[in-house]
Amino acid sequence: MPRLSYAAPATIPDAIKLLSGASGLAKVLSGGTDLLVQLRSGRVKPELIVDTKKLPGIMGIREVNGGFVIGAATSGAAIGEHAGLCAAYPGVVEGTNLIGSTQVQGRASLAGNLCNASPAADSVPAMIAARATAVIVGPSGQREVPVESIVVGPGRTSLAKGEFILEFHLPKPAAHSSDAYLRFIPRTEMDIAVVGCGVNVTLDGNGVCTAARVVLGAVAPTQVVVDAAAKALIGNKLSDKRGTVDFRIKIAGVLARRTAAIAFERAGAR
Amino acid sequence: MSKIHVTTTVNGEPTEYLCEAQDSLLDVLRDTLKLTGSKEGCGSGDCGACSITLDGRLVCSCLVLGVEAEGKSIGTIEGVAKGDTLHPIQQKFLEHAALQCGFCTPGLIVAAKALLDSNPNPTETEARFWLAGNLCRCTGYDKIIRAVMDAAAEMRGAAA
Repeated sequence: MPRLSYAAPATIPDAIKLLSGASGLAKVLSGGTDLLVQLRSGRVKPELIVDTKKLPGIMGIREVNGGFVIGAATSGAAIGEHAGLCAAYPGVVEGTNLIGSTQVQGRASLAGNLCNASPAADSVPAMIAARATAVIVGPSGQREVPVESIVVGPGRTSLAKGEFILEFHLPKPAAHSSDAYLRFIPRTEMDIAVVGCGVNVTLDGNGVCTAARVVLGAVAPTQVVVDAAAKALIGNKLSDKRGTVDFRIKIAGVLARRTAAIAFERAGAR
Repeated sequence: MSKIHVTTTVNGEPTEYLCEAQDSLLDVLRDTLKLTGSKEGCGSGDCGACSITLDGRLVCSCLVLGVEAEGKSIGTIEGVAKGDTLHPIQQKFLEHAALQCGFCTPGLIVAAKALLDSNPNPTETEARFWLAGNLCRCTGYDKIIRAVMDAAAEMRGAAA
């Protein structure tokens, strides 16, 4: 087996060059809470690890024109400590902060949770519901895509060789809008979602809902926006030791109602 | 290809070591630096026995590469007591018998210290949530929580 190399480039062009120039498998390292487990178990055998955390802008949160730019490798703990983001997108923050323990929160990132491409990733439904976009950089330049276009199946993403996510954009929240994330787990804490649900709603001045996005996690190979959810549940179902298909269909409805109620209450308070 | 040279700070002391790219920081602490207070329980970030702080942030050292510590500041259980004087959290773990086999104890003390450093007056619920990533198979957690809450009270009194 070739020896593993590690690089922590200081510029984006250097990172792209390293990732696209590798002859074997090259892995992007953000917080490492998934990658190091996979390395240790031998599930992935890269020849190169490119640590992105030294790249400018990839760590930290900026408010821009009322919206937010979240660096791809920003830790869950840092996201939970950002008062502006917590106020504007409480659902995104609560989904992100459900990933693992305090120790895992110290390292785990949005880009890692997304690109690990687990159907049960807790940050992803709320990010999709919030209409978040991902800025991707790579050998053919920079592109910005909706978060829901990244995951294409368990463990698989639409990123090409040499590409990685630099940052996420959350739009300026509309007036009277808010969001929430809930998941169903058999335990009370520290578990993997059987069903996750992110809801983002916008109300008018009379409290009537004018726009909504409902996104389910852990019910299909990828997260599903609710207009497609029924079809996905019927056609391409997820059944495993955590829950059967019938159970997940039932729980998805219950969770969607509960999550929407929280989002409505928060939006009405604005 | 030679090993990677890393310059870092451990418990306030400038430290250098050589490691392979795939070595975890826990491996480096235990095997290279001989700081064996941090324990390996699961090696996958589930048990918290290897808890350390990295630039003040609580993390599992089994989920950090040794090379990632370049230029960082590491805090381990070995840096918690001041010479022969135990930290109040350590003292309260003894007074409350908050340990049996002791394997989880270093991680729990490092994690509890990180909690009280950022939140000197946690509720019991906050303490239990914060410490949910530190598994103990002996105590049932009750004595641990009592020790942490008592230490918090004493530290607040000492600071007043």
